Amino acid sequence: MAKKIRIIDTTLRDGSHAIRHTYSPEQAGKIAAALAKAGAPTIECGHGDGISGSSCQYGFMKYDEYEVLQAVLDNAGDAKVGILLLPGIGTVEDLKRAHEMGAGLVRVATHVTEADVGEQHIKMARELGMEAIGFLMMSHMEPPEKILEQAKKFESYGASAVYMADSAGAMVPDDAAARVSYLKEHLSLPVGFHAHNNLGLAIGNSLAAVNAGADYIDGTLRGLGAGAGNAPHEVLTAVFHKLGIETGEDLYAIMDAAEDNIPELGVQMIIDKYALSIGYAGVYSSFFLHAKRAADRYGLDARDILIELGRLRTVGGQEDMILDVAYRLAQQKKEK
Amino acid sequence: MKKIKCAIVGPGNIGIDLMEKIRKRSQNLELAMMVGIYEDSVGIVKAKEYGVRTEIHGLQPLLDDPEIEVVFEATSASQHLKNAPLYKEAGKKAFDLTPAAVGPYVVPVVNFEEHFDSANINLVTCGGQATTPIVAAVSRVQEVEYAEIVSTLASKSAGPGTRINIDEFTETTSAALVKVGGAKRGKAIIILNPAEPPLMMRNTVYCRTKDAPDLAAIRESVGRMVAELQKYVPGYRVTMEPELSGDNTVVTMVQVEGSGDYLPPYAGNLDIITCAAVHMADTWAARKLEGGRR
Repeated sequence: MAKKIRIIDTTLRDGSHAIRHTYSPEQAGKIAAALAKAGAPTIECGHGDGISGSSCQYGFMKYDEYEVLQAVLDNAGDAKVGILLLPGIGTVEDLKRAHEMGAGLVRVATHVTEADVGEQHIKMARELGMEAIGFLMMSHMEPPEKILEQAKKFESYGASAVYMADSAGAMVPDDAAARVSYLKEHLSLPVGFHAHNNLGLAIGNSLAAVNAGADYIDGTLRGLGAGAGNAPHEVLTAVFHKLGIETGEDLYAIMDAAEDNIPELGVQMIIDKYALSIGYAGVYSSFFLHAKRAADRYGLDARDILIELGRLRTVGGQEDMILDVAYRLAQQKKEK
Repeated sequence: MKKIKCAIVGPGNIGIDLMEKIRKRSQNLELAMMVGIYEDSVGIVKAKEYGVRTEIHGLQPLLDDPEIEVVFEATSASQHLKNAPLYKEAGKKAFDLTPAAVGPYVVPVVNFEEHFDSANINLVTCGGQATTPIVAAVSRVQEVEYAEIVSTLASKSAGPGTRINIDEFTETTSAALVKVGGAKRGKAIIILNPAEPPLMMRNTVYCRTKDAPDLAAIRESVGRMVAELQKYVPGYRVTMEPELSGDNTVVTMVQVEGSGDYLPPYAGNLDIITCAAVHMADTWAARKLEGGRR
């Protein structure tokens, strides 16, 4: 039997970072329809920082998040629609509302060492009959043994799968393979991998993860996402099909979905010097645009801010530290 | 000198820190009882060492002792919901350090006087104690349409209670930004960071004002508020003075270093709430003693 991989498309969630959370319900609905037509099994949508992420800290959504979710649900056809929830930002109440509207999946995202803040959300999702996946962010920061310990916590709460997110795009293929194979060896749940392309390795790392036994892989059309973006969905499909790995998708249709929808959003994912610095320093990919803005404001090189944030071992969600660091660097510069 | 007798219910990290603070810092309180569950818990053992009476078989001995006038609740929200009516019936003044939110939301530097006589004082959350004073300082200058706070804590300082009830933190703190801070709407975000050595509790406060912000007046108001707050939380410090950030939005950053009474200095998040509780109870006791002498 041919190997099968489930690609979870997160163009409408991680991709939201790249366009500063400006998806209109119409745009989101159109992309969802194109993905559904291509046979994409799962579509994640929402603010880049998950449900209720619209804020001063992470940027406000241009449209109401539930209107966007509704448009995705209305156009998703047979695809399952999911949300991301970061405990500490989103709550069980947000989860219930998304479930009532028809969301069938939640990925509960915590820092790689903090799975226990997701207990109540995973449990509630299971109680509601939703699929619940534990999503460990910044997993490049910890060794496989630590990741397994945290994955087991998610398993004990009732998660049906565990993801490792290389949120900083800081891994090389051996890092991805070592983590996935260790989890596959010691955990009975399906294992997923979410890549970022800051070091140009999103496809390479995804493939290394699959070869090490990963069951689920994240992609976004044209790689739209935080930092230098994610693994391009249409490229994943092509690579997997070429290797004889089933995705259940129509390759031409997924190529069309990318080609027909992403250029009109007005952004193209490239590895510029700032994205590359994020991968190099190992900081959260969504710091990308925030750091560029802070650098402009204080007359700094965004790379200095990003490298300092890496040195301070900041984690996902600490966007306020960008301002804090920029403010301090600017003061130091003035004193010199 | 005569002192008001008090008890601590819940001999965990918070309870022990309260005990150290009452012993070291309070002029007007005498710790008369520590109530726990296990004879050999760290808090009960420590209380015994200090010669404090300990009880491990329920609240009755506390409720039956008319000399104990003040109770610090350091158990859990669900436990306090059960205990609060019993304290009230027994005529004891309760300072609630759980997120049960039975009594009015109180942050001493903002609204203690208003709720001075309330039988139950609810200390909100650590994030609420650290951030609502900044929001209140802005909203006394001009109308705040929306306040948003981000509290980042060292992973080590967030115990299992905080972790499993993380939604209670965000919801209670959001409510406090409105009820205590005076903002029209509020949103709270909490982040845990496992970096070693552990980082100090840090907080970012965003206030979106209705009209263009008067930055000079806001800075002056925040400065006065912080000076008042530092009287009972010495480790409270502004790391970024109010700055403009986006349309009509003012951002301020504060850090809280703990006093290291029992919990280590990075646990400023726990220190600020125990400092606030002891400060209020001590002030209440002082006035009560003064009244008694008159």
